[in-house]
Amino acid sequence: MMLTIVMLGLIAAGGLGWYFESVKAQSARWIALFSILGLATFFIVSVISSGADYSELNVLVRVPWISAFNIEYALAIDYLSIILLSLTFFLALICVLVSWEEIQTNAGFYYFNLLAAIAGIIGVFCAVDLFLFFFFWEVMLLPMTAIIAIWGHENRHFAAIKFFIFTQVSSLLMLVSIIAMAYIHYDQTGLISFFYQDWLLLDIPLEKARYIMLGFFIAFAVKLPSVPVHSWLPDAHTQAPTAGSVLLAGVLLKTGAYGLIRFVIFLFPQASQEFAPIAMVLAVVSILYGAKMAFAQEDFKRLVAYSSISHMGFVMLALFAFNTLAYQGAVITLVAHGLSSAALFALAGMIYNRIHSRNLKDMGGFWHSAPRMGGFALAFAGAAFGLPGLANFVGEFLSLVGAYQVAPVFVILAAFGLIGSAVYGMMLFQTSFQGPPTTVVKDLSGRELLIVGSLFMLLLVFGLYPNAVLQYVQGVQL
Amino acid sequence: MQLILTYLPFYPLISFLILISFAKRLSWQLASFISVGAMALSAISSGVLVYQLNTIDASVITVHLWSWFDLSTVNTASDMIPEVISKVNISFYLDALSAVMISVVSGIGFLIHLFAAIYMKEDENFSRFMAYMNLFIVAMLILVLADNLVLLYLGWEGVGLCSFLLIGFWYQDKANVKAARKAFIVTRIGDTAMAIGLFMLFKSLGQLNIVDLTQSAQQTWQVGNESAYWIALLLLGGAVGKSAQLPLQTWLPDAMAGPTPVSALIHAATMVTAGVYLIARMHGIFLFAPEVMQYVAWVGALTLLLAGFAALAQTDIKRVLAYSTMSQIGYMMLALGAGAWSTGVFHLMTHAFFKALLFLTAGAVILALHHQQDLFKMGGLLKKLPVESTLFIIGLICLVALPGTSGFFSKEAIIGSLWSSSTAGPALWWCAILGALITSIYSCRLFFLAFLGQSRFQASLHVEHSKLLRLSLIVLAILSLFGGLISIDFDTVFPISLSAHQDPGWLHTVAILTPFAGIAFSWFYFSSYRKNQGDSIMANSSSFALFCRNGLGFDWLYQWCFIKPYCALARLNRRDVFDQLIMFNAWYVKMLHETLSSSQTGNLRWYVAALGLGLVCLFTVIMVGVGSI
Repeated sequence: MMLTIVMLGLIAAGGLGWYFESVKAQSARWIALFSILGLATFFIVSVISSGADYSELNVLVRVPWISAFNIEYALAIDYLSIILLSLTFFLALICVLVSWEEIQTNAGFYYFNLLAAIAGIIGVFCAVDLFLFFFFWEVMLLPMTAIIAIWGHENRHFAAIKFFIFTQVSSLLMLVSIIAMAYIHYDQTGLISFFYQDWLLLDIPLEKARYIMLGFFIAFAVKLPSVPVHSWLPDAHTQAPTAGSVLLAGVLLKTGAYGLIRFVIFLFPQASQEFAPIAMVLAVVSILYGAKMAFAQEDFKRLVAYSSISHMGFVMLALFAFNTLAYQGAVITLVAHGLSSAALFALAGMIYNRIHSRNLKDMGGFWHSAPRMGGFALAFAGAAFGLPGLANFVGEFLSLVGAYQVAPVFVILAAFGLIGSAVYGMMLFQTSFQGPPTTVVKDLSGRELLIVGSLFMLLLVFGLYPNAVLQYVQGVQL
Repeated sequence: MQLILTYLPFYPLISFLILISFAKRLSWQLASFISVGAMALSAISSGVLVYQLNTIDASVITVHLWSWFDLSTVNTASDMIPEVISKVNISFYLDALSAVMISVVSGIGFLIHLFAAIYMKEDENFSRFMAYMNLFIVAMLILVLADNLVLLYLGWEGVGLCSFLLIGFWYQDKANVKAARKAFIVTRIGDTAMAIGLFMLFKSLGQLNIVDLTQSAQQTWQVGNESAYWIALLLLGGAVGKSAQLPLQTWLPDAMAGPTPVSALIHAATMVTAGVYLIARMHGIFLFAPEVMQYVAWVGALTLLLAGFAALAQTDIKRVLAYSTMSQIGYMMLALGAGAWSTGVFHLMTHAFFKALLFLTAGAVILALHHQQDLFKMGGLLKKLPVESTLFIIGLICLVALPGTSGFFSKEAIIGSLWSSSTAGPALWWCAILGALITSIYSCRLFFLAFLGQSRFQASLHVEHSKLLRLSLIVLAILSLFGGLISIDFDTVFPISLSAHQDPGWLHTVAILTPFAGIAFSWFYFSSYRKNQGDSIMANSSSFALFCRNGLGFDWLYQWCFIKPYCALARLNRRDVFDQLIMFNAWYVKMLHETLSSSQTGNLRWYVAALGLGLVCLFTVIMVGVGSI
């Protein structure tokens, strides 16, 4: 029940904030902050106190929903979901903190959308009825589109529509696959079922599995995103308000990776094994192309967006290597990239608040007036190019070591991404913080220091003691 | 004893944290006390550790801090074999090799910190500078103490980052920023090769722990094994990046943009020798790839010649020293390639002494001349700065390896090991001799230009009479002169080489006489520099001299082969071709929409005309269809 409470709680808090904002200005952000804090604590406490073993999917609730089609309201979590849910909660707090002063117009409705999107994401990470999964997939999309379209930057409507159409078209393919799977279940057992663990028991003929898997794969590849269906991301990121970018890069992309793990690799092991070479090619192209494109950008946020594409390529490469080592690497990369890209977007927001520009040409020499910000910018750029000691390095290293065992050529090509990431990372840091000082900017405020400091501490902890995460994904058999 | 080893990197780390958190709020006294004090603690601890290593029976001290992550092997052949899990730990491993390295790093590091505290006193970001220096020491200590290659890689990247930060310390000048970026990215290319080497190593041996690697290599490989060849080659790639050897040498001369203590510590004494350390540490792998050892030797030989020629044509005192560093590391590589592991490491140590001395003294000279680095604007310093000049002469005679100095012992040992080595040989011996000749010529040129003749500058000298500054220089001078007498027992680390061959007797005579020949040659050839009467002289500007001054055209080559094409590609595709393909759909739909909606004019005549035209077309089709039947 706990996740249902969490989701309903978030929606309710959103509604409450929306109402109270009209009564007393700026109450919505406090409500949002405390509701996330409280619900996150509730979630963690109840996971720990339940004492259950989450190394397998653990069904929390399963009640009929639309009984005509045997659709159920079914939630289940395992360690993977718990890791991603914790990341979601943490970044939700960061989102509220970065919006603290940025969002002044229509704040009540803004926080409602933010909390609704988070509730949807939480649903995605724990739904095990595929119809319900699809439902949550759409739930997280709508408020996200609203956030971009209402509180975004100059070109926000275009970006919002692009984001919406990309995700919508690809999720239709997923819907087709979901219905096909339900029919296969009907064929084999005489019962329609959308329940994930029922599907795991099916013996899907390979020629059908190939196409059905492809439907899922495309939906998740768009979300991840992978070249060539990545181009919604730079626009959406650039135009979204800071919290929107944080949420997009930090968690929304992870739903794509989560889907690949749960609904592509585990559901269609054989078909995805066959598909692995193509997926790996896409992954390597994403890594190199993303790094190259990032280097070409002049917009701070666009650059980070392309770097996300590059990093998610490592995840895809690792997942389709089908071994435990690479899988561990992928999971750590998900967490690490969630934190580091969120941090870079938060920094972009902080710079934007000061100079009202995202263009790197308007930046330069910030170190002189804002050395703290410079230090953190360097640390996060370092995380992006895989500086050892920070979590991203562990992720990339494990991914590549693991993938090298089965696909050496791909890994050698992907390793050139390490050079590419150093090139864009250094360019990002140096053009904004080094060089002759152009404008005087304020150094980090206490709230901003809390944001970047906590993100950095987590990156450092997971970088030096990755077992904090890895111990939970050790025994996964692929 | 283990506690001492555990704490060793933590003194500078704590100092770094304090300095970076309080930054400008610390006074100069406090900041330098903390940073130099932390280094003193490290240096003392290193001394204790070295002493203990020599007195106890065990030749190794290890300490385990915590477990980093686990690596499990993958069996693609069969699922029946259980996965082997090897742990990657945060653990330190101290043997004779790492003992030499920690002594050099923390000992020389301490002296340079002491110097830097006074040299950088006036800088407004003094504590940030000392913080970076401390952080560098932390990373370097981790690099040399790591018991596995992943932790070594952590230190390896860490020193790279600190080098980046310190080269670009005066970040407001665009040239420094560029130099810093160049250093980072060029070494990163080597690092990537090394990373791929690690992946290969793990795949073929299932290990990344250095001691276990060496053992399992001995059990599973034969000499000439193919994966050993590739792994050694890739590790060499990492080493040439960090140690500024051919073909990744271009970053080092530009790195002189950093403050002079940085050049002394990072770009002469410690970090640039990390590549040498890596190869020496992984000698167990290299022994299985004799071809790669030959490559190592040739890389060293070519670099030492190239850098020697480049040094001959430089006009900036620090760039002469930078190229000289490159060429001396070439000697170390040559030794490693010849299988004379301990000799290479010995030269690493002596070179750290005298090159640190040379750089720091050059720094003192540059400071005295108000940041003038151009050799052609110096001259006559011997009389005006007698102490610095004497110290510089000591450094130079070590560099050219005059008999009795530390450089003599190490360099002669290297040259002596080449002739009969199976992976080196007479050709490389001649390269080394030629290199020694060039070394003595450029050293003389440097000395004549800077210290002899009449002065070619107007301004009065700004002499720093700090006792601590002098003290650190004098200690380094003593080490440079007598450091050759330190004998290190590497028998527990490296295989004992059996040189059964008899070298021809004249080899040694030639090797000892070469520097003198160089000096004699320069005495006459550069007599105009020596006897200069204070009138301005110009550097040789023939095209060959320019070619040498620009590092033999490598920068130009890389500019055109890599940097420009990459930038052009980036610029060409800034709009993202995939996006344009997808947005074409949107454009197409929009165009159709506009075409059709523009036909809805509400004008009745248009509609009737369109209707008529449509009917005509329809009838035509039908008629043609009927007619064809």
